[in-house]
Amino acid sequence: MDYEISLLTTIGISVMFALSLNLITGFCGQISLGHAAFLGVGAYTSAMLTKAGLPFLLTIPASMALAGLLGIIVGMASLRVRADFLAITTMGVVFLFIGLVRQQEWLGGEMGLSGFPDSGLGKTGFMLLTLLLAALTAAISLYIQKAWIGRVFNGIAEDEDTMRVLGIDVPSYKLAAFAIGTALAGAAGALYASHLKFIGPDSFSFVESITVLSMVVVGGIGSVVWVAIAAAVLSALPGWFQFIGDYKLLVYGGLLFVMMRFSPHGLAGMVKAMSRKQEGAQ
Amino acid sequence: MFFLELIAQSLVQGSIYALIALGLTLVYGLLRILHVAHASLFTLGAYVGVLTHNATGSLALTLLAAMLVAGLSGVAMFRLAYKPLLKQPPHVALIASIGLFIAAEECFRIAFGASGLSFINTPLQGQVKFAGLQFKQAEIAVMLGAALILGVLAWLQSHTRVGIACQATVSDPQMAESFSIKLNTVRDLNFLVGSALAGFAGVWVAILNNLVEPTMGSVPSYKALAIIVLGGMGSVPGTLMAALVLGLVESFGTVYLGKVLDRNAIAFAFLIVVLMVRPQGLFAKK
Repeated sequence: MDYEISLLTTIGISVMFALSLNLITGFCGQISLGHAAFLGVGAYTSAMLTKAGLPFLLTIPASMALAGLLGIIVGMASLRVRADFLAITTMGVVFLFIGLVRQQEWLGGEMGLSGFPDSGLGKTGFMLLTLLLAALTAAISLYIQKAWIGRVFNGIAEDEDTMRVLGIDVPSYKLAAFAIGTALAGAAGALYASHLKFIGPDSFSFVESITVLSMVVVGGIGSVVWVAIAAAVLSALPGWFQFIGDYKLLVYGGLLFVMMRFSPHGLAGMVKAMSRKQEGAQ
Repeated sequence: MFFLELIAQSLVQGSIYALIALGLTLVYGLLRILHVAHASLFTLGAYVGVLTHNATGSLALTLLAAMLVAGLSGVAMFRLAYKPLLKQPPHVALIASIGLFIAAEECFRIAFGASGLSFINTPLQGQVKFAGLQFKQAEIAVMLGAALILGVLAWLQSHTRVGIACQATVSDPQMAESFSIKLNTVRDLNFLVGSALAGFAGVWVAILNNLVEPTMGSVPSYKALAIIVLGGMGSVPGTLMAALVLGLVESFGTVYLGKVLDRNAIAFAFLIVVLMVRPQGLFAKK
């Protein structure tokens, strides 16, 4: 049972993390190659605070606040540069984060942090908390998608200049997308730290950013349900097939490429195309 | 003295960056694709180089084989991977390229092992004294080689029909096509030359470190992206300047900021600061 509980916790964290990126990249069209940095900010914040004696549950809002704050700062970059330039800038953010953490003794440096206090919820309790938060993230995503703010996000993703002409305050909406998305990533980071009981600079590397991006892309950029499914499957795969463990990155890389090459809209796009074909046949 | 040594080191580093980044710039100028997988051709060149040198012992043959294999693989990559994606929004090609790069790194690891390969007899390891500084022969060779190759390319681009056709295609593909320039030939040629340069750089990095590893491409890959952004995306002279500037910033930054940030973080901190001040890059005209 222990294994299943641990697996479900991992899945919950991945779903939450992928959905948080989906808010920025999927809804608002701002490509980010640096999302792992915010998972890291959340994880380090929570780990340091529990070490200082704060109960775990209280560290989640703190992680969200700090990650969201830094997210707004990084989001400001999206006001200066667009598309390809933004991708490279956010990629730089990850390297900056890792490079900074690595040289800080008080954050554990190269060796990372471990031995911080337990969440005190027990394994099942922690799993339930994770799944609850993941479900909450999905609900928030679905709500945003339907609400006015989601439509503006979509407009910005489709054609930023037209939205400006329509008199929409594009910068504020972009910053809002970054703030919400990175704060949720911070919460996922707090769970991540408490779940793995160890964090180090390499836990939040560029590869991690790519992994979460691949979940979003494979699911279908912007589709809440399919991104959640893709995140769940992709995070569970290495555990289910032990033999795949060593080839995990090859599968990720290959999948990412094949998906973009043959179905740029991901699983969601594939399903849509198939149902359209069926309708056409009838 | 220390100061001069730092500058010399950054020139060596800058030459390598320039060789890698040039191919990326050519691709970006032509197709507006951020070709992350470019660095896998750099790694491929390094592997082919070590294998050829260990088999034959000839440096000329090593360079030739590495450039040929990397160049042809580059063309194959364009035809199979990028060409069908040209009509998609740019992030599609970018993500596909990242996927390709990760998969390629893993293939190198699976095929040649994670610990990497070394030369049996590493070429050009002798020391040379130049202006009071100690250099490895290989370091001199890479600087001269980079300067020579890039110089010849610049000349070809402005003085031959093919070079001018390339320039025309960059500035206006449709117009170029109506002047009966074959777009696909120009694109193939650019991938061939750019990838061959990456392979060339790979061999030199392998010689300088006496080691090729599956992951040796990752840091140059991300650095090269930073360089073409700094250079103003698609501008060849800008890219060369940016490569040298980044070499300098890294060398001096590591000395003065090494306690706070590591080498990669310094490079990217510089990139972010520059982009926030000049979003179009350091050397773009506009």
